Amino acid sequence: MGRSYNTIAFDAAKCDGCGDCMTACATAKTGSEDQTRSRIQIVGSADDGFELALCRQCGDPKCVTVCPAAALTKSTESGVIEWDAAKCVDCLLCTIGCAYASIALDAGTGHVAKCDTCDGAPACVPACPHDALTYITTARIYNEVGDWEDLFAPGLAGCQGCNTELLMRHTLRRVGPDTVLATPPGCVPGMGSVGFNGTTGTKIPVFHPLLTNTAAMLAGIKRQYKRVGREVNALAIAGDGGASDVGFQSLSGAAERNEQILFMVVDNEGYMNTGMQRSSCTPYGAWTSTTPIGKGSDGMPAQGKTQDAKNLPLIMVNHRCEYVATASTAYMEDLYDKLDKAIEASKVGFAYLHVYSPCTTGWRFPTDQNIEVARKAVETNFVMLWEYTPGAGLQFTRPVDDPLPVTEYLKAMGRFRHLSPDQISHIQGKVVENLAFVKQMVHQARA
Amino acid sequence: MEHTKYLVVGSSHAALEAVTAIRMHDAEGSLTLLTRDPYLPYSPTVLPYVVSGRSAATGIFLRDEKFFVDNRVQLKRGTELKALHAERNSAELADGSEIAYEKLLLATGAAPAIPPIPGIDQVSYHVLRTLDDAKKLHAAIKQSKQAVVLGAGLVGMHAAENLVKAGANVTIVEMAKQLTDGYFDQVAAQMIEKAFTDNGARILTGSRVVKLAPSAIGSALTLENGTTLEADLLLVATGIKPNMDYLDQAGSAVEHDQGILVSDTMQTSVANVWAAGDCAQAKGFFTEAKVMNAILPDATEQGRIAGMAMAGDPGLKHYPGGVPLNTYHFFGRHAISVGSSKLADGAEVLTRFDDASGRYLKAIFKDGRLLGIFGVNEFFDGGVMCQLILRRVDLSAVKERFVANPLAVGRELMSQLWR
Ligand SMILES: Cc1cc2nc3c(=O)[nH]c(=O)nc-3n(C[C@H](O)[C@H](O)[C@H](O)COP(=O)(O)OP(=O)(O)OC[C@H]3O[C@@H](n4cnc5c(N)ncnc54)[C@H](O)[C@@H]3O)c2cc1C
Ligand code: SF4
Repeated sequence: MGRSYNTIAFDAAKCDGCGDCMTACATAKTGSEDQTRSRIQIVGSADDGFELALCRQCGDPKCVTVCPAAALTKSTESGVIEWDAAKCVDCLLCTIGCAYASIALDAGTGHVAKCDTCDGAPACVPACPHDALTYITTARIYNEVGDWEDLFAPGLAGCQGCNTELLMRHTLRRVGPDTVLATPPGCVPGMGSVGFNGTTGTKIPVFHPLLTNTAAMLAGIKRQYKRVGREVNALAIAGDGGASDVGFQSLSGAAERNEQILFMVVDNEGYMNTGMQRSSCTPYGAWTSTTPIGKGSDGMPAQGKTQDAKNLPLIMVNHRCEYVATASTAYMEDLYDKLDKAIEASKVGFAYLHVYSPCTTGWRFPTDQNIEVARKAVETNFVMLWEYTPGAGLQFTRPVDDPLPVTEYLKAMGRFRHLSPDQISHIQGKVVENLAFVKQMVHQARA
Repeated sequence: MEHTKYLVVGSSHAALEAVTAIRMHDAEGSLTLLTRDPYLPYSPTVLPYVVSGRSAATGIFLRDEKFFVDNRVQLKRGTELKALHAERNSAELADGSEIAYEKLLLATGAAPAIPPIPGIDQVSYHVLRTLDDAKKLHAAIKQSKQAVVLGAGLVGMHAAENLVKAGANVTIVEMAKQLTDGYFDQVAAQMIEKAFTDNGARILTGSRVVKLAPSAIGSALTLENGTTLEADLLLVATGIKPNMDYLDQAGSAVEHDQGILVSDTMQTSVANVWAAGDCAQAKGFFTEAKVMNAILPDATEQGRIAGMAMAGDPGLKHYPGGVPLNTYHFFGRHAISVGSSKLADGAEVLTRFDDASGRYLKAIFKDGRLLGIFGVNEFFDGGVMCQLILRRVDLSAVKERFVANPLAVGRELMSQLWR
């Protein structure tokens, strides 16, 4: 298993070129404030913006391959390309190898210098007054998870760019082998959880309940295991259709009885594997194959879905479950935190985790944009990330204080392309209303 | 007969890059790497620093045994390819045994070219290409009082500097009119020359040795103009020639000229055989003709392409052609050369020189595109410059700014165009 590494990320839109990062770097690394000696270099770009020349700690680094003295090595531990002063002969060949101006001569020493991420605490990051630099440490999660056993078949039949594979593999790795999995009809079995030709797609027991009885069947299985004295995790991975529409009565019933199961909903806002029909989670205005765009009937043009989405996670809060949370694959640290809590909660009662899952095929966006779409949903407050426990009530886990206009989210995909200005203002209005509603619940929890 | 899927001959830059590229795509296929050198892989480029004592001879290895074990590469040191029998996919070794291969890479590099000076076989002299050469030269330098270096290329100049610093009287004899011909122009060469003469070296350019003979302290040299010189240490650094004798032995069909002729994917003229690095003759970037571009960065580039081609990696990109590149350190100063120093028709040359700081910069453009950039004591990002050349970026609009500050403007262009 390859390793993931921490990285310094740069948001060009937030940079105003003040150069504080360069001063901080020069100070930390050379003891002088001379910005030309900084290993992070902010450079002007064509549109009057700023970008940077900073070592990207390449996976396949050119500087290392052209060094004749074995003075540069890529650390498999930290991912940082390390420079060994004792071996370097100052030949400068590395500066010819690197196409990104990321290793350069420090005139103050006569040696080359490059970013070493300050051993995991980069001086430049906190120095930026505009939060344009962030030190991303999610690698820890991937490495930890990568060391656990993958409980899914190596190949599966998802659409290109779908994040559900990520969710399934991560979730199963996290819950571990002592698990019984229920996957009702939907994308998850479609991708292969229930297997092909008589073999299952998972290395744990998996079954394929009806859309209508998932929570009931799983609850029964969990009870039987308890009766025989075996400690197992009971996990359902269901789609929004299976949970919010026909599966709702059994879901609601299991939650009300506080069954000890973890019910995860992968919400792609429709019946995507059967041809992209609307569900009660499909948002207002969205195109689906059953909420088309066109002439319509009775003189009314068809404009996508004409009703607002049901807010299933908030409904689950009203069951006073042991744990309820919303999550997004664009925020893996947050998701992991919640998965851990949900697993713990499911040992004593009903735990519900609602993960927003952009659908490349049904929502109509390029296959490399999944995580970006998921991120935009959160950045616009179209989706809010929060968690609920009976003790602490409802709390935001990643509040967005300065949300982007909802159009930033809508324009990222084709299913909203037809929207009229009125429809857009309806959606923006709903975002504001939903936010106010959740805020009120947060407020009550605090009071 | 021993059989291997991939056989790589040589253990230096081109060979090692090929191994990495093969393993990226084919983690399992059997891979054998053989080198006639007895040591673990090292770079010839580091040897001047072994000579000076700056690099420990034990600390220069590019890979350790573990690398070969981890990558399932069978490493055979002290094993020389003697003859290639490409018609039956077999390599004959010096001990007479043969290895059958499915795919073969010739990455045998180059060796010093010894000029046919009358009497050269009567005297003892040094060369610098292998670690053993460097160890011998390192020991000899300490004893030398009066040294002569034949050839003022970068190898000769490096060694000459080491000799000067070790306290010897040094004379450099060069046939061409200037030092470091081909990489640096006359102005730069004069700056380099001045640094050497300031430090006590004697430089005889435009001079040819016509006779060599043994003498009391070592050897006596006679120049074309009648001058005679005596040396207790003679270093021959007049150029290199590719190692490809193994092609002649068996009358092999692999086409070769100055080097082994290769295509844009480093394939030779015969099936299942590739060549890369100093032994290969590939397309130049500035000319469609096949040229020798015996420099380290090109050896890695060609090695990678060959490895990808051998393993059938679909990510393979064709070789864009060799760009001359070099960096040179002398007496605490540095010189960088990227691109062609030849003046094409209609080329435009912009230079600047600052006497006080000793900074010199020259840039050559044609139709607004950069062809070459050369600096002494003027640092710029060579890798960025190389991309500007390879991408044929039109610099017409920024030319003056670029020449005034190639470091900042180069980074700005990088940020706009490919970061
Ligand atoms: C003193 C010196 C200084 C240099 N400085 C620079 C510099 O500053 N910048 C720069 O770009 N380049 C420089 N070079 C050139 C650079 O080192 C070469 O371009 C580079 O090493 C070429 O790599 P290669 O893999 O093609 O071949 P080489 O490095 O020549 O390696 C050839 C390999 O093949 C093996 N081999 C040869 N024949 C056989 C055979 N018949 N059977 C088995 N094995 C064989 C050898 O043992 C060796 O392992 C310098 C070279 C020297 C000698
Ligand atoms: S300057 Fe130092 S680190 Fe860079 S290539 Fe040369 S020896 Fe290696």
